Amino acid sequence: MDRGLRVLLLSGLAVAAAAVPQRASAQEAAAAASTTPQVVEPRVRRREVNPPGLDTENFEAGAFVGTISIEDFGASVVYGGRLAYHFTEDVFAEATLGTAKAGRTSYEDLSGSAELLSDDDRQFTYYDLSVGWNALPGEVFLGGRRAMPSAVYFTLGAGSTRFGGDDHFTVALGAGLRVLANDWVAVHLDARNLAFESDLLGKDKLTHNLQFTFGLTAFF
Amino acid sequence: MRRTALMHRLRLLTCLLLGMLAAGAVQAAAVMRAVVQDPFLELRTGPGRGFPVAQVVDRGAEVSLLRRRTDWIKVRSVNGVEGWAHRSQLERTLTTDGEPLALPGPAADSRTAHRWEVGLATGDLDGASVVSASGAYLVTPSLLVRADFAQLLGNASNGWLGTAGIAHVFMPEWRVSPFIGIGGGALRIEPKATLVQPEDRSDMVAYAGIGLRGYLTDRFMLQAEYREFVVFTSRDDNEEIDEWTVGFVYFF
Repeated sequence: MDRGLRVLLLSGLAVAAAAVPQRASAQEAAAAASTTPQVVEPRVRRREVNPPGLDTENFEAGAFVGTISIEDFGASVVYGGRLAYHFTEDVFAEATLGTAKAGRTSYEDLSGSAELLSDDDRQFTYYDLSVGWNALPGEVFLGGRRAMPSAVYFTLGAGSTRFGGDDHFTVALGAGLRVLANDWVAVHLDARNLAFESDLLGKDKLTHNLQFTFGLTAFF
Repeated sequence: MRRTALMHRLRLLTCLLLGMLAAGAVQAAAVMRAVVQDPFLELRTGPGRGFPVAQVVDRGAEVSLLRRRTDWIKVRSVNGVEGWAHRSQLERTLTTDGEPLALPGPAADSRTAHRWEVGLATGDLDGASVVSASGAYLVTPSLLVRADFAQLLGNASNGWLGTAGIAHVFMPEWRVSPFIGIGGGALRIEPKATLVQPEDRSDMVAYAGIGLRGYLTDRFMLQAEYREFVVFTSRDDNEEIDEWTVGFVYFF
């Protein structure tokens, strides 16, 4: 046998000899670990984590009062309520409900004839569902010491108006100014046009009913 | 000189307070607290991006979270400074336990990961104007369970329509995706008193619809839909009417 081959054989044997006890000791260690009792038992009680909540105020609800000019029926006092949800600092959705008592037409006053509408039918009640955009956010300064966050907003929506014994599909287009008196109370100045088709005076026409209101709302 | 001494004392006090809090010794009234991790936490004078940054809170200082409006949170620092901080910056702060602060709200992947939708729409049903409000729950990003309620305002009659159904959005991850839906509900028609047949009618309906929805922003969609209704009338024939609507959808 040549010398190189012998060295190779011997070194192979040596490696094998070294590996066998190692494998055995690994097995022993594994067996020992499975039987040894745990020395330190963790006696940590999990703490109940109850994070305090954060008051999220995206809803805004309130009431308004103002004047509405009902086409052909003069101007009347209008009042109602509004509920808004602010999705982002720019966009909100708003539901408005308002009511007013319509006056008399010029025709009724001048001719002295029978009334065109019964008392019940003169009640002008509307709702609209609108999407609003805070187009011009800013601050309003009152005197030299108070700065109040404000926004000029535009709204566009659709709804229904009950007037003259009929429900009319209504498109509501509005603009307003919202001023926050403190963190959760807002003052609104709002102008809105409620447009709907009416045939109350004989023929179909698109009526525009302009409304100007002052409102107070609370964020919650 | 006196000012620096005061600052020093304040800093000492803050450290002391922080230390006490870290040790869990002080658990004040239930107010959410956060420890600033950014170099500065910017506090604005109002809840909007246009308001000026009037104060900053240094890294490591603690703030109390007072109230939230949309993405803005009013905070108060240890020395009583108040201002509005943005959600994105507060999400980089830690709670007093050292956990990242989590504030609910739409995440970056909210287009496909959101669960709830609400919508307002308007349109036309067989000649009558439609004003509708809707809600939907997403079982998977592409499968919606939805309900709609609509008021109908026509020339000859008014009415109400309530439906519930399911919809499949083909590509919820696309900017604009088509969808289809089926469902059923109830239709109530109230003819106007001036017409000959004044009785009210309530019928069951079923619909199949097709539509398009596209993302306007990360939370808003514009949705247009066409639905074909079958009205199961009490007469011999069923009636077929169609509806189209356009509206906004917001998702949570």
